[in-house]
Amino acid sequence: MTSNVQAPARAAGKTTTMPAAMILLAGWLVPGAGHFLLRKWIRGSLIFISIVAMFGIGLALKGKIYSPNTAELLDMLNFAGNLGTGLLYVIARVFDLGQASVQVATADYGTKFIVVAGLLNIISAVDAHSLATGRKAS
Amino acid sequence: MTISHFGAVLLFSFFTSIIFGVTQRSDPRMMIRFGAFCFALFVGGTIAASWLMWLIKH
Repeated sequence: MTSNVQAPARAAGKTTTMPAAMILLAGWLVPGAGHFLLRKWIRGSLIFISIVAMFGIGLALKGKIYSPNTAELLDMLNFAGNLGTGLLYVIARVFDLGQASVQVATADYGTKFIVVAGLLNIISAVDAHSLATGRKAS
Repeated sequence: MTISHFGAVLLFSFFTSIIFGVTQRSDPRMMIRFGAFCFALFVGGTIAASWLMWLIKH
């Protein structure tokens, strides 16, 4: 019953004709792209700058980029976090970034910067999806 | 790149607060307020935890 009542309100709140799944996917692959597709330029720019900066700072601090199939539970969780950065993760793997052995204490901070950048990017992509479906007002 | 521990806290808090502000609030004014609130909590919480650890050690 509840879903029947809410469905018209959600449909009325839709802000775009594009499929919401496409906005979610775009937001995941490129930080802020979901908001750009919704013409929310300032929000998209803030998200792009923040995620890319965190990812870049993480790499500059000699943070680690995790690989799949290491059989360690914590590594798998970190890999899932890394994967949240979308194409940034692919670029880092292609150019073999974040693979240096840890030499300094702050490298662990770098690793966390990269993981959190991925998790924040997932939040941002879901936010864009919510805007597209009308679940979030504006 | 080398960075101090506190510098890392400031950078992490700054960028994370921006994302929280943008995604968790709808009105631009509330986004700024919530982002500032998150930043203060991140930095203040870290300083408080640091002093707590210092007190435990001494």
